[in-house]
Formats: sequence, structure tokens, C-alpha cells
Amino acid sequence: MGMTITEKILAKSAGKDVVKPGENVWLNVDVLMTHDVCGPPTIGIWKREFGENAKIWDKDKLVIFPDHYIFTANKHANRNVNILREFAKEYEFENYYDVGTERYKGVCHIALAEEGYNIPGTVLFGTDSHTCTSGAFGMFATGVGNTDAAFILGTGKIWEKVPESLKFTFHGKMPEYLTAKDLILQILGDITTDGATYRAMEFDGEAVYSLSMNERMTLSNMAIEAGGMNGIIAADEVTEAYVKERTDKPYEILKSDDDAEYLAKYEYDVDKLEPIVAKPHSPDNRDTVKNVEGTQLTKCYIGSCTGGKITDFRFAAKLIAGNEVRVPTFVVPASTEVAKQLEIETHNGVSLKQIFEDAGCVIAQSSCAACLGGPDDTIGRAVDKDVVISTTNRNFPGRMGSKQSEVYLASPLSVAASAITGIITDPRNFL
Amino acid sequence: MGNKITGKVYVLGNNIDTDQIIPAEHLVYSLTDEEESKKYGHFALSSVPIDQAGLPNGGITFINGDNWQSEFSLIIGGSNFGCGSSREHAPFALQKAGVKAIVAESYARIFYRNSVDGGFLVPYESNEKLSDKFKTGDEYELDFENDTLKNLSTNNEYKLKNLGSVSEIVNAGGLFEYARKSGMIETSSFA
Repeated sequence: MGMTITEKILAKSAGKDVVKPGENVWLNVDVLMTHDVCGPPTIGIWKREFGENAKIWDKDKLVIFPDHYIFTANKHANRNVNILREFAKEYEFENYYDVGTERYKGVCHIALAEEGYNIPGTVLFGTDSHTCTSGAFGMFATGVGNTDAAFILGTGKIWEKVPESLKFTFHGKMPEYLTAKDLILQILGDITTDGATYRAMEFDGEAVYSLSMNERMTLSNMAIEAGGMNGIIAADEVTEAYVKERTDKPYEILKSDDDAEYLAKYEYDVDKLEPIVAKPHSPDNRDTVKNVEGTQLTKCYIGSCTGGKITDFRFAAKLIAGNEVRVPTFVVPASTEVAKQLEIETHNGVSLKQIFEDAGCVIAQSSCAACLGGPDDTIGRAVDKDVVISTTNRNFPGRMGSKQSEVYLASPLSVAASAITGIITDPRNFL
Repeated sequence: MGNKITGKVYVLGNNIDTDQIIPAEHLVYSLTDEEESKKYGHFALSSVPIDQAGLPNGGITFINGDNWQSEFSLIIGGSNFGCGSSREHAPFALQKAGVKAIVAESYARIFYRNSVDGGFLVPYESNEKLSDKFKTGDEYELDFENDTLKNLSTNNEYKLKNLGSVSEIVNAGGLFEYARKSGMIETSSFA
């Protein structure tokens, strides 16, 4: 019996020839990533458990991106960044991307890709549920809590249960009104928020392989919204080109065997799919944009690890160019690299940044910002009974701030179309 | 941990996500400072919509007033308990508030791992939907040795799923204690 790509990577990491779903294995971790919310408690547990002589198992394999609560006056949040800063100094640790310096990157999952930490065939753990984003690079990537991270920090190892795999194949050529976000929201509606719990989600098909790395990351990113352990796309020449541009570390391209076993397989024809929203208050509360068209909005939000990449702004700018937004619209580039790209890249001779400014959007500094609410002074945070359409990943009660707010999750095209009209709008009206 | 615990249950529905358990705005507080970490208990389950808080009727807040401890020590949940973010602050907050165990139909992976590896509370899976067999405030008896949950208010007893291979970590009190017991941390050689 053949193995899936996830099984192959876990076997390699565990030093075994074969692993089977359900088996608990000890993995050798290639990269551990943490940030300002979970980094300080992780360091706290690590010191408590390993004592004063606690050692980082491998300094080259740890990376820390402060990204969650950055541009805030909240003293507790700032204290957390300070703890990371002191840690980096005390342990002479280099892969730290400090706030207020040239090195500051922004949202960790995007920064991991940009800084060359995503390597096909490797195993990455992060103290953030959206760590699954990196799976777009044909690697095993998943989120863990502080205790597990502290254990990795001291030993380089962690246990994991080998997951069964689900396969999602998208056939056909992507229509111009559809994005990766619509594909993953479609899946979420089909399998619900626990449809992939403790399972691997594998994406395949010519539509998936026609996507850029950024768009593939959107697919992998929301695997966790179905409870998925990881969301993986085997690497191809597009992946290789991206990786080679950013690192000279060796990589290994692994693919699922033809006779690999899947718990279930799902097939989609992309030309039959429509722009999708997830209605309040769950990412699986699927509907077509068409069906909720006309819903009055108070805010639009384009940002986060899910929807704040350069490709997301490219989609949005295409529609927003030459228009004015009718409701407050927040543009939050996930990383500082994306922010720079907004200034450089043009659409019909105008920079994307200029397009958003001319339309009346508020452009914020790179961070997780209001995707997860955050401290009271977080830009774009949902207040009172805000009705928001957002390119982010979760719309649980209170997720973006106010518990009374309602959040619709949608593609950057759907959010841009809605920003122009002030009501939820199908992007096909503008294409 | 003793073999049996008793107390009052707090009943919740399906898909209780980590934002409902501990809203992200509170994640700034220290988990190690004794006084400051009480905030996590105080804000535990504070984002559960009030009509869903304390089923079957709702309207029962988990924490009263300025308290940081709850009168409820067992949570009965539905499916997919703890979905959402990786924040270990979630099981920590529940433990801080005095929760000893959860009995749910299923869990999200990271929440489950965090509960077990951090040694915060015991995440039991039920064999059937128990959220309609208990009312918030019912007295319970949870037997860790026999994996049974009794509703002392109705006298009905329910068999729970055995914790399986993670019971070793649960019994040790968490991942580090388990690793120390089995000599993993000292030798760094893993079975």
C-alpha cells in the first residue's frame, strides 16, 4: 500500500520507513515558529521545565515573529514583545524580527514563506493554528500550544498522531471571478468545522496547480477551519521557483503514491463554483455571495494571513481602481514586504497603494490587526453592531472585536465589490 | 488526581471555539504571575453568546461578577469543543476558573493536545450526546478509574470513552512530567 505525502513526510521526520494513520510518532522538528502572544508563555514553560540552564535545541531552527498586538498602547501587549526582545538578546538568537526595526516583517505565516523558512519535505510546528498555511509548500506544518512548543524548544522533538488523509481535487480552469478563498469556503460548507479534525487535507488538481504560491497558501491556511491537522499541496516547479528565490537550503519534493489510501475524496469543477461567503458566526456557514447580496455593511476589511497577501490586494485593486468605497474599508498588508509591493506594483499605471488611497481606504501597518479583534485601539476592530465583510479566516462570535458584530468571510474580489457599493455584492457585477 | 470528583456541571453546545473560551483581547496577561493570571479565570467563557451560556435555558454566566473562579467544575459540551486558535490560554483559563474536566462529544485537535500536554484538565469524550442529559447546575460524580459520569440529580450513569494512549500523559500530569518519568528529557532519546 502506498503512502500519502503527509505520511511520507511524517515517516521521514520520525526516522521510519512507513507510518500508518492512528500511529503516534515522535517527530524531529525542522522549524519551530512562535510570536508575541504565545512566545512569552512558551519561553516561561521552557525555563520552568528545563531550569536556568535551559538550552534552545537548535538556534537556526527557531524563528520568532512578533505580529499579533504590535501597534497598540496596551502595556501588557508591549510587555510581551519586550519579553521576546530580551529573550533574543539573552540567548544571542538571530531569527528574531523585532518591531520598530528594518527587520520587522508582520504576520508570521506570510513572513515564514517570504524569509525562506518554508521548505518542501520538512516539518514545521508553530504556536498558531494557522501554521497550516505553510503546507502549501509541500511540507507538514501544524499548530501547537505553548507546552508542546516549549517541549520542542528544549528537545527538538514532539509527538504527533499520524492523520488519515482527505483529498480535495479541483478540476478545470479558474474563472476570473473565483479565488482560492472561494474554494476553501466551498469545502468548509461541505465538510463543516470539524470535518477534518485530526485529519490531513490534501489539495490537488489542475486548478490548484494553476494558482500562485500566495493563493495556494490561502487554501492551506484555512484547513484549520475544518479542524484539519494540516493542509498540504505537493510542491511543483512554481513552489521550487518561489523557494529558490528565498533560500538555498536543500528541499525534497514528495508526492502521494497513486495507491495511497484516503478516508474520503472530494472532486470539484471550478467553472461550476460561484463566489462564496461564510455567514455569521461560523466559517462553515456557507452561502453564495449572490444569495446574500444587498446585506447592508458598516465595514470592509482586507488583511490577515488569509487575505492580506499581494495577490489579495491585486484582486481587490482591480475592482476598486477608479471607485470610491462607500463604507470604512481597511487595507492591512500582511507583511512589510507586501506593504512595499503595494507601492511598487501598478494597475493601469497607478500603484496599488494609490488606488486604495484614492478610493478612501484606510491603509494600516502590517500585523494581524483586527482579524482577531485585539486590544481596544486595534485599527479596523469591529465595534458595537458592526456588519463586516472580511478576507480573514474566522467569524466566530466576537472574533473581530465586538460580540454584537456580524462578520461575513469572503474573497478579496467579493470584499472589494462590496466596499464599492456598501452592501454585499457579487464581484461578477464589476468584472 | 483522586479517583472521583463531584461538583456542578455547566452545559454548552457544539463548536465552542477558543474565542468564546477566552477572547483574544485578554491574551496579553501573564500566565505565570499568580495575581495577573486570575484574569484568565475571570474572563473564561466570557464570549459565549448569553442565550447559549449554561444550557438548556441559557442566561447563566460561567463566572459571576468580579470572581475569577466558577461554581462549575465540569463542562459538558457537544461536538468540536475548543475549535479555532492554538491558544493554550483556553484550557488554562478554564483550569484557572476551577474546571477539572470536560466531557464533550469531540474536540478540536490543538485544544485537546493543550489540555493533555499542559496537564490543565481532563478532556473526556462521551459515547453519546450528554448535553441533553444534564442541566447546568446538576450535581455530578466523575469516576476517573472507571470512566463514568453520573448525574447525581437524576441518578443516571454514563460510560465515557477511555482516554486511550494519552492516559499516560494525563496520569503523569502533563507532557513534561511524562517525558521525565520515561527518561526522555534527560537522555533526549525517544522511544
